Amino acid sequence: MARESDYGVNDLGLKIATVNGTGSASANGLLLQALFRMGIPVSGKNVFPSNIQGLPTWYEIRVNKDGYTARSPDFQLIIAMNPESYARDIEEVVSGGWILYDNTRELDDEFRRDDVTFLGIPLADMCVEHFQGSRIRILMKNITYVGALVALLDIDMDVVKGMLQEKFASKQHLMDANFAAIEVGYTYALEHFDCPLPIRLEAMDKTKDCVMVTGNAAAALGCVYAGATVGAWYPITPATSVMDGFTEYCRRFRVDPDTGKNNFCILQAEDELAAAGMVIGAGWMGARAFSPTAGPGISLMSEFIGLAYYAEVPCVFFNIQRTGPSTGMPTRTQQGDLMLCAYASHGDTKHIVLFPADPKECFEFSIQAFDLAERFQTPTFVVSDLDIGMNDWMIPKLEWDDSFVPDRGKVLAADELEKVENFYRYLDLDGDHITARTLPGVHSKGAYFTRGSGHDKYGRYTEDSDAYVEVMDRLLAKVESAADHVPAPEIFETDGGKSVGVVSVGGCHWAVLEARDALAAEGIEIDYLRIKGFPFSQAVEQFLEDHGTVIVIEQNRDEQLKNLILLETSCAKEKLQSVRYYGGQPLSKGHVIEGVTPFLTREPVEVSQ
Amino acid sequence: MSYIKKPAARHPKLRVNSLGLTVRDYEGSMSTLCAGCGHDSVTAALVQAFFELEVEPHRLAKLSGIGCSSKTPAYFVSEAHGFNSVHGRMPSVAAGANAAHRDLLYVGISGDGDSLSIGLGQFCHAIRRNVNMLYLLENNGVYGLTKGQFSASADIGSTSKGGVANQQGPIDPVNTALSLGATFVARSFSGDKNQLVPILKAGLSHNGFAFVDVISPCVTFNDHQGSTKSYAHTRSHMHEVIETDFVPLKTEITTEYSEGSVQGITMHDGSVVKLHKVADEYDPTERRAVLDYLADVGSRGEIATGLLYLEESGADMHGFENTVDRPLVEIPFADLCPGSKGLEEVQKEWW
Repeated sequence: MARESDYGVNDLGLKIATVNGTGSASANGLLLQALFRMGIPVSGKNVFPSNIQGLPTWYEIRVNKDGYTARSPDFQLIIAMNPESYARDIEEVVSGGWILYDNTRELDDEFRRDDVTFLGIPLADMCVEHFQGSRIRILMKNITYVGALVALLDIDMDVVKGMLQEKFASKQHLMDANFAAIEVGYTYALEHFDCPLPIRLEAMDKTKDCVMVTGNAAAALGCVYAGATVGAWYPITPATSVMDGFTEYCRRFRVDPDTGKNNFCILQAEDELAAAGMVIGAGWMGARAFSPTAGPGISLMSEFIGLAYYAEVPCVFFNIQRTGPSTGMPTRTQQGDLMLCAYASHGDTKHIVLFPADPKECFEFSIQAFDLAERFQTPTFVVSDLDIGMNDWMIPKLEWDDSFVPDRGKVLAADELEKVENFYRYLDLDGDHITARTLPGVHSKGAYFTRGSGHDKYGRYTEDSDAYVEVMDRLLAKVESAADHVPAPEIFETDGGKSVGVVSVGGCHWAVLEARDALAAEGIEIDYLRIKGFPFSQAVEQFLEDHGTVIVIEQNRDEQLKNLILLETSCAKEKLQSVRYYGGQPLSKGHVIEGVTPFLTREPVEVSQ
Repeated sequence: MSYIKKPAARHPKLRVNSLGLTVRDYEGSMSTLCAGCGHDSVTAALVQAFFELEVEPHRLAKLSGIGCSSKTPAYFVSEAHGFNSVHGRMPSVAAGANAAHRDLLYVGISGDGDSLSIGLGQFCHAIRRNVNMLYLLENNGVYGLTKGQFSASADIGSTSKGGVANQQGPIDPVNTALSLGATFVARSFSGDKNQLVPILKAGLSHNGFAFVDVISPCVTFNDHQGSTKSYAHTRSHMHEVIETDFVPLKTEITTEYSEGSVQGITMHDGSVVKLHKVADEYDPTERRAVLDYLADVGSRGEIATGLLYLEESGADMHGFENTVDRPLVEIPFADLCPGSKGLEEVQKEWW
């Protein structure tokens, strides 16, 4: 059985198995925040079904004193609240771990394991005894297990109570019930178990300059800070909370105090096609406009995205990726839309894509996306995923420079138009591949026809080969020139550089970092580059050139990042190795180590100089 | 659409409006549609309506989808911004544009393929959203650019050029618009400019989605005997339910009035639409009665025309969304960005 020495303080994987629709989310959030407020690095992952009520759902909390936040599948403690999922939940706890369950109805013997400790608490019975009404009994059962965990893990009770006070300040009866439930669970655990368990927690000071937020909320706030005024969308998991967040922050910051009217317009479209059309219409008028969606939405928007690319209308799309293809697993994560976003739409197209790795970058990249979209007059994608978007992440506090001026790109004002003899929409006057645009309603000299049909550099319809090619070549050069403006890759190099380099993207980052540290502790050092933007910059090209073997780690089946690298850089195919995980869970250290190990045992390849 | 610049010759005696513009100033490039196409007559009616309404060209935004009808925005008001979008999706582009810049005048030109097949969803939802725009459906019952397939507005029994009779029931855009709660519904005929121009002017003054279904015959693929969208058939089966006069604001008729068979409705901008009822029992402000009446007319094989339904008091998209009066594109960045203080505030809750 477990010995104290097997476990470290503040190093714990905890999984809570409940039934969705029973109010467990708020209890789990409470728990996560309490740990965060104790100053302990923590991350939460919600593993939920595509369903409203009645199906199994899980919440995973990882506590790590060293600050690793990637998902870890090693659970020392499982709170098994759902008999329907007992079998797999109990199987998942590590040998020597603990299982907290409701013994109002005793466990069947088939679920028993000899190598773990069962902590039975009569949660249902106690809630029936202490609370009136079925709904409150169901809700308080969750708070009662939180109370038990306070004792079992040595969580700071004052922190927990303080949070309840904040939360229910205006609802005394709920506060009373929550307090009572916490006490009931706490007292029972103290009286019946040897508290705290060896996997106990201890206050630290590692979160004081941090905040806890989801990527979607941060992206939404980024849209507010970027000055976006029009948001169009169609509800879709896992992107819906981007628009929920935008709505919330707009109501807070964007309501005109004198009139009570909105300095924004949020349109819930009839489908993603319409959402894209609205964003393009607003972009045409000169508004900063965006649409949050997921892969299926990008598929539907693709025709419009081609129009915006060809007619050069700025617009921003957020793709909060979920598991595809088709409907796929809508509540699981993946990086399956890298190719889709890079080349969305028929014909020759290529788009600017930004890849945030956490909510901090969701905020920053969302602002940058609007600048890039307007500067390059082209659709720009922020490609996040369900794990980043919907889960709670601990990030350094966001910062804002009040002198920030948005880059609106080349837009001719009325007085500038007054001076020009003729305005031609697609005529590149200064050789940077970006042509000046005009906005409707400003000046009759600026009028032109925006169209997705063949056009020449003067903006006129054409079916002439040379005139068509001239515009298409400029478009390619224009988007490629964005490589120097997308966020630069983050590079982790060991002194002198190693022959093996890892390249990864987006939410893979945290597992890769953790795995890299673990390998380094064993004396295996690897270099690592995280791509943050597309088209790829020279720094990416250089890293590929500098390493004899490059292992591309990504979360999709078809090696999409690796293939993008092959298509868009001069890297030789033989150099590239692939590590893929695409089962729908966030990447963890184990996936990375297991994936890269075969390539590390090889003889190192000579680096070409 | 091909681009052919028109010669700039002007007749010296052309009438000039208060902006100093003649009717020629509201024209666009030369039409490349077939000679005799109904759409060109609709374009001419639009040009006249803009001239008479004294629209500032650069304050007009003209949009379309794909198809013969959708080429026509190039043929009027060269000094207005135009947007030729994708097939069936113009309404969403118009909605987004209007959301961003509510002060411009929006005109969308569509066709029966564009609005009733590929774009039926967007057409319906633009009505629900009551996007403030004039929406013209140039209706000829046929796909012209792809050479003569039936469209969704083709009547049962109407024959193709090759003699095949259409079997599927039509989607009637007027009926559809009325049943979805459209606030301005009209039907006209490209061959009746006298009827069409006042309807277009009323539609441009309407606060909300002004829908005008214009029977606009296709001379090349659907103007033969046996077609119910031909010039001859439309002329002989047209039943004008209501005659429309448009009285602009400056004539100072400010109150709503009703005198016998004439009904006056004050528009959002103060102008007045006078509706002369041809049929006594017809009330263009009673949606259910209009639907019933149109069903009767339709059952006789007749085509009811005129400004069939008008409701001026409803909220448009901006009313639903409670947007500020000034266009969103004109709000300075400083008023949009909450700054470091706002960020500090928000992050207090992220603990």
